[in-house]
Amino acid sequence: MTSLLQIKNVTKKYGGLIANNDISFDVAENDILSVIGPNGAGKSTLFKMISSFVPVTSGEVLFKGERISNLKPHVVARKGVVRTFQETTIFKNMTVRESIVVAQHLRAKARLAGYFWGTKTAQEDVTDFGETADQLLEFLGMHGLRHEQATSLPQGHLRALGIAIGLATEPEVLLLDEPFAGMNHDETMHMVSLVRSVRDKKGVTILLVEHDMAAVMNISDRIVVLNFGEKIAEGTPHEIQNDKTVIEAYLGSEDDEIGI
Amino acid sequence: MNNFSKTQILGSIFSLATIFFVVPWLIKISGRWDFYFTLTSVALLATASAGVWLTFYIGRINIGQGAFALIGAYTSAILVVKGGWSFWLSLPVAGLFAALVGILIGLPILRLRGVYFAMVTLVLTQVVTLTALALPITNGAKGISSIPLPGSVSIMGVTLIPDFASLENTKLAFYYTACVIMILTFAVLYRLVHSRLGHLCRSMQQNEELASSIGVNIAYIRLLVFAISSFFGGIGGAMFGAITQSVYPSSFQVVDSVNFMLNCFLGGLGYVFGPILGTLVLYFGWDLMFALGQYQLLTYSILLIALIRFLPNGLLSIKLAGRKQQ
Repeated sequence: MTSLLQIKNVTKKYGGLIANNDISFDVAENDILSVIGPNGAGKSTLFKMISSFVPVTSGEVLFKGERISNLKPHVVARKGVVRTFQETTIFKNMTVRESIVVAQHLRAKARLAGYFWGTKTAQEDVTDFGETADQLLEFLGMHGLRHEQATSLPQGHLRALGIAIGLATEPEVLLLDEPFAGMNHDETMHMVSLVRSVRDKKGVTILLVEHDMAAVMNISDRIVVLNFGEKIAEGTPHEIQNDKTVIEAYLGSEDDEIGI
Repeated sequence: MNNFSKTQILGSIFSLATIFFVVPWLIKISGRWDFYFTLTSVALLATASAGVWLTFYIGRINIGQGAFALIGAYTSAILVVKGGWSFWLSLPVAGLFAALVGILIGLPILRLRGVYFAMVTLVLTQVVTLTALALPITNGAKGISSIPLPGSVSIMGVTLIPDFASLENTKLAFYYTACVIMILTFAVLYRLVHSRLGHLCRSMQQNEELASSIGVNIAYIRLLVFAISSFFGGIGGAMFGAITQSVYPSSFQVVDSVNFMLNCFLGGLGYVFGPILGTLVLYFGWDLMFALGQYQLLTYSILLIALIRFLPNGLLSIKLAGRKQQ
């Protein structure tokens, strides 16, 4: 297995506050890797650094051996590393289908001027975007909602829409920001199988940040645990559950929280 | 996407016929020749407002269009008077120069959002006015006056545009020119909004972070849109200078910039053709209240506040609401 994404000695300081200290791990191709840790452990910051939404203070993030940290977010997205957001970050006044169509922007063959003049390539693009959007919505089981305004969707579907927008860019690595937060058990299990099918059928490597232990243990191939900005453990779900440092530092005595 | 509905085609034909035949005919039988100047102004102010509308489309409140209109007017006037250029050549150059200035100003300020961007643009008009007062090439407070009327354009012996100075009715000629410019501007605007650029603009208006996460180069598109917006402002201003045959530092003031923005609000930010209606209503509304004397501004302001309060989506939203009920 080759490492698609390498996080190397990444450190982020906000003034005197160290949000992430010297974090390193690799993400193998076609893996689902979860980053877990209590609130304030620096998960979100790490996430933003990988997608270049914030610059690293030191260290670097490599994608296929190429440095992607400290670039512009859209450049990183173009290279194939795309992040999703929590459910409030959507295109509010677009329909579900419109959101997916606009998100396929990177696949455009025609130039912007081409769309203005309505060239043949541009028209083909437009048809292609529409068809791909329909296929993607079918895949996610959201076909019936395609003409709904994004704001009128319930929470679970909003989350799926966020993932759909990310998927529409045809990424190689998809970063999911707390995809299971605020969901009940059934919704979570539905989302788990959805995320897994994204990996299995679309071949997308997935890196996710999550609180929900049961879901994380269920879905992940590997887990990285952060605490107070430091990486304290890394391994398979089984290893993490039996890791003394993790149990002491993070899970405490609440072994039943693990759920499996 | 390229197929227009029957209503749209009929509406376009009706509007064009009104602009080019009905209005001149009405003016002829009523003898109100002064209306030509009013309507010409409306067409050009609507052209400049189109630019403001486009910046609204990427979620930026632009209260600085007067600056670009002034830049356009000066560029054209200087090229015609001092450079001896044909007005028709100076017109696109004025637009391009305004766009260039737009890019230079936009580079630092387009990062700002919401009220911060609005505040910076509010200052722009004043900055350009002061620059015009200070520079030798713009003649300071005296401005540039007695600009010659636009000359003729002919290609291979065929006269496309006659010399305006030789025309009996220059008012009508200017009216037609201004209307053609306005129609072209709005045709371009309509096409932009309904092409991929428009879709990307909407994505940025709604969420810039998400837009950049799907690979949209938001900085580039913001700049592109602001340049197009400034181009429209420059064209409108240059044409205005040609009609009044003069440009002064006070030709476009902060209040004009505010009006450009109000035109968009009034017509409706959700409708491409909103600025035309907004400009028409705002311009005529102000004139109609002339009889109120000292209460003109008061009444006018109250009406505007009421309009924004009760019709937040602009005048065109009335029509649409009616349609939905049917």
